[in-house]
Amino acid sequence: MAAVPEGVLPLPYGERDLAELLGDGWKEMLVRGYRWVLFGRLMDSRFLGLQRQGRVGFYGPATGHEALNVGCALLLREEDWVFPGLREQLLALVRGLDLQAYVHHLFGNGLDPSLGRQMPCHPTGRPVAYVSMASTVGTQIVQAAGSAYAQKFRNDPGATVAFFGDGATSTSDFHAGMNLAGVYQLPVLFVCANNQWAISVPVRRQTAVPVLAEKSKAYGIPGERIDGTDFVRVYATLRRAFEDIRTGHGPRMVEALVYRMNPHSSSDDPTRYVPSGWMKEAQAHDPLARLEELMDRLGLLSSEQKEAMRKEIEDQLRRAIAAAEVAQPPTPDTLFRDTLSEAVWPLTEERDTFDRDQGGHFP
Amino acid sequence: MTEATLIQGVNQALRIAMAKDPDVIVLGEDVGVNGGVFRATDGLYKEFGEKRVIDTPLSENGIVGMAIGMALQGLKPVAEIQFMDFIYPAFDQIVSEAAKFRYRSGGEFPSHLVIRTPYGGGIKGGLYHSQSTEQLFTSTPGLKVVIPSTPADAKGLLLTAIFDEDPVIFLEPKRIYRTATGELPEGDARVPFGKARIAKEGSDVSVFAYGAMVPQCVQAANVVEKMGIHAEVIDLRTLVPIDVDAIVGSVEKTGRAVVVHEAPKFSGFGAEISAMIAERCLYSLKAPVLRVTGYDTPFPYTLENLYLPSVDRIARGIERTASAT
Ligand SMILES: Cc1ncc(C[n+]2csc(CCOP(=O)(O)OP(=O)(O)O)c2C)c(N)n1
Ligand SMILES: [Mg+2]
Repeated sequence: MAAVPEGVLPLPYGERDLAELLGDGWKEMLVRGYRWVLFGRLMDSRFLGLQRQGRVGFYGPATGHEALNVGCALLLREEDWVFPGLREQLLALVRGLDLQAYVHHLFGNGLDPSLGRQMPCHPTGRPVAYVSMASTVGTQIVQAAGSAYAQKFRNDPGATVAFFGDGATSTSDFHAGMNLAGVYQLPVLFVCANNQWAISVPVRRQTAVPVLAEKSKAYGIPGERIDGTDFVRVYATLRRAFEDIRTGHGPRMVEALVYRMNPHSSSDDPTRYVPSGWMKEAQAHDPLARLEELMDRLGLLSSEQKEAMRKEIEDQLRRAIAAAEVAQPPTPDTLFRDTLSEAVWPLTEERDTFDRDQGGHFP
Repeated sequence: MTEATLIQGVNQALRIAMAKDPDVIVLGEDVGVNGGVFRATDGLYKEFGEKRVIDTPLSENGIVGMAIGMALQGLKPVAEIQFMDFIYPAFDQIVSEAAKFRYRSGGEFPSHLVIRTPYGGGIKGGLYHSQSTEQLFTSTPGLKVVIPSTPADAKGLLLTAIFDEDPVIFLEPKRIYRTATGELPEGDARVPFGKARIAKEGSDVSVFAYGAMVPQCVQAANVVEKMGIHAEVIDLRTLVPIDVDAIVGSVEKTGRAVVVHEAPKFSGFGAEISAMIAERCLYSLKAPVLRVTGYDTPFPYTLENLYLPSVDRIARGIERTASAT
């Protein structure tokens, strides 16, 4: 058994609790969940490293959010739609977004499905109903209400899930989205990933309400806060929420309390504002270590199996990175596509005079 | 005089204004403890305290709306919007409110505030950390729009903005925050609005630019100089109010004009300059006015250096305009 890092809070579940909370097949589900949580952790550390070496331009880790992303992803059905916030890329991969395509995106090369147009960590995922995101915080929350309206309108069996951070609850779009979903009783799950920081602003300076889930009351939406670093709690809570939503009982909000265990992004220096001691608390709530402690206690994975898993993930990442690093950047003609369904003047002229205007070094 | 960067010019202006006038308040996301994500407000929180340097919730309409309310009470708020790309949630407060308070109240409720925001590309920021949408604000009567390109102007124009009587959109070229260096005059050294600056003198072609495009244009002018073309580069500094005399005077002298900006061409600010030249200098013109701009698309990540007017692209434009007969 691997040693649990000192101070990590164990997950207090026995086999009987787990069968009840997680449903049939819970053992296989936990093994699968653990693998993806580990995958997220290894991916973040690999890409933060590549960013520091200047091999990718930017990276936004989701370290500390893994249990939330994986728990939710494992509950989603094919017909469900996801409107992500800033840190749900792992969820897209669990849903089946092609890893190689995502890694091409992180390198911004020509094989990126969005043709190197967006900053890294802004994937587009039509094949897995993972909606392309803006960096703008909060806009997706209202759109999720519209998506859920369409699903209800068409008697579509799918639901919509919107993710957003604690900071995003201060936007007007949060108000608009929650309000609309409440008024029309839409099949949408609002997941607030409260990692306690909006860059340098702590959540207590974001709102005077100590529990963000309380905000849902104002919209007539049932809401609850859970420990988002407890994989079992996440899965069990979202499972119930989806059941309610899928049986026509309207929107739900879940606030998952997590810890942002890395800088806001590769551009951020948290030593300027994170108090000493906070990171220690975060380590005690490490979702990976907590899940691992449970797996070890239940004997669900041997150390050899875990080691094999880690090696397999690292190989997978290494292969994808190697392929992405040698891929060519997008060709210039991609600049002139997709602004409108067909280019209009003056873009047509800009395209046609591109070679003359850009033609190599001058004079 | 001390050597400084453009962002240090911004920081100094804020510090000087806050020390001079207790009504000056800085507010925005991450401007306090963190000193701003670009460090424009570095040290202010320590020096002036949390009542005057306010870390706000994540709400741009909140930031600008609150600043307007403070301004109506006579405070001098300087709001920071973290990136110009995130100013749109506050668009209603800016366009329908700040820009119209004086007019709709017959002058009873002037709303003087400064909205500082980093704009422009060249930092690998992709769609949402790169945009230049100055034309949305220049086409809204009731706003002043200011864009410095040197440390001294960043400091001097920001000081003027803070003690002005109107709403000012203050756009900071983030790409040259640290690469534009120069002498910074001591103290409250204000630079007046509405006076363009000749960045490089010349007699053959007039090149009009602002913000991060000014150093690009000076470099391009240096390139064409080797071919015997003497381009005059004019840094507009303030788009509203605009220095009509400087523009007309230069074009009457050279008879040729190139306008350069990062924003897309169609309905961009260059269209205003081109129209002004057509209306006032037609008989002096020896060649059509040329615009060298960003493409009429959103802002790309990987190919941003093709999207942005490069020194080569600008130089080629100047050469083409200079040789047109
Ligand atoms: C409308 C808007 N304003 C400002 C920003 C700059 N910004 C990017 S992320 C961020 C903080 C977001 O905090 P939160 O919603 O808690 O999400 P987290 O980053 O913690 O996951 C800010 C201020 C932005 N992207 N969008
Ligand atoms: Mg947060």
